[in-house]
Order: sequence, then structure tokens, then C-alpha cells
Amino acid sequence: MKTTLEDGVLTAYLEGEIDHDAAVNMRRQLDASVQTVKPRVLCLDFAGVGFMDSSGVGLVMGRYRMMKLLGGSLYVVRVPERIYRIFAMSGLEGLGVLR
Amino acid sequence: MKTINEMALRFPSKSCNEAFARAAVSAFIAVLDPTVGELSDLKTAVSEAVTNCVVHGYRRGAGTIFLTGKITEDRRVIVKIRDKGVGIADVKQAMEPLFTTAAEEERAGLGFAVMQSFCDKVRVSSKPGKGTTVTLEKRIADV
Repeated sequence: MKTTLEDGVLTAYLEGEIDHDAAVNMRRQLDASVQTVKPRVLCLDFAGVGFMDSSGVGLVMGRYRMMKLLGGSLYVVRVPERIYRIFAMSGLEGLGVLR
Repeated sequence: MKTINEMALRFPSKSCNEAFARAAVSAFIAVLDPTVGELSDLKTAVSEAVTNCVVHGYRRGAGTIFLTGKITEDRRVIVKIRDKGVGIADVKQAMEPLFTTAAEEERAGLGFAVMQSFCDKVRVSSKPGKGTTVTLEKRIADV
């Protein structure tokens, strides 16, 4: 997973298909990066995601909680329309992370 | 309605088979020339149902998942996903959005809600100790 760090914003470019199997690995990689970098903001870029089921919602919710605990924020950006529908069902919109 | 094609698969309850099941169903319905949206809807629903078998039905242990597909003359796709796992005591409760028994594993509790939203019909039959069968039905529009 490609990541960049700029002004305390750690951006992770998620790619491919996010299902239960893939989410476990992504979670591990994201948590390791966050523990090392301790960013102010974790930004998840969904532009490269071709498929996502509700496992992606769990992934985002978990990272939201983690960033809150660390006193930071989570942003979710460039979500393809088809995937956005699943986020909309989850109530994630109310958390203000989707931009 | 007359069935014009059928298939049956069985595979172990490994999480890598979630992607396999989606790909197999995509290939099976390709003959109907579905739109990107229809294909994505059905793939997402299948992924949710197979994940349920892996995470809940067999509680990550070894088990076999049975998937059958049917295409009818009037372009309906019927996919059945069955496990012989622990079963669900209260199906109604399990289908409520945000209900999950695996919160610590970051399961959002949206599986059935996604299936219902992305398919025309979802049927769930389950018996504790015997297993669960999810039937998904979606009509692919005429081209």
C-alpha cells in the first residue's frame, strides 16, 4: 500500500478489492504505519478501490476509533460512487469523515 | 419459470474464497450481459453471504460452503449460499442493520442490509446447529 506523509497528514492509497480477507491485511498495514508515524490526520484515499463490501465499513470505523483515541482525525476521500452507497448505509456520513 | 442454466460449487470456508465466489458468480451471469452496476450489486451481495459463512457459520474453523446458481428464462439470477455451521437462533435480529456478534473483529453488522439493498429478494433459512442458507435473487434487465 502506497502512503505519503505531509504536514502530519498520513495518506494511504487503498487499492483493489476490499473484502473481509483483504481488510484484515489492510488493517494490519494501516495500524503499523499509524503507530510509527503518529500522524495528526489519517487520510484514506479510495480512488483505487474497485470493489468493496461491508468489510470496508468495519475497516473505516476501526481506524476512526483508533485516530480518536490518539487525539487525531480520520478522513476518507475520493470514494467511487458505487462504494459510497455502502458507506451511506452505515451512518458513517454522520461522523464527518467522508469528504 | 424455466431454468436456462445452472451451476454448483463447493469450497472450503477460507476467506480467500470470498473473492473466488464473487468471480465465479460474475462469470456465470456474464451471458446476461449485466451492467457494471448490476454486476457490482450481485458481487457485493455474494461477498457478504460467503463472508457470513466464513466468519459466523463456521466461526473461522474448517467447513464447506455450497454455492449454487440458476438463471431463469426471464433473466432472474438465483444464487444460494449454504453452510452447515452453527446456524442463527434469531434470523430477524441477525438481519437488523448494525447488529453484529463480531464487533471486536470490526464487522459492521451490515451484511444482510447490503444483500437486501442490492438484490430484489433475500431469503434466509437457518437452524441452530444445522446451518444457514441464504438465497439471493436479482433480475438482470434486458439489454
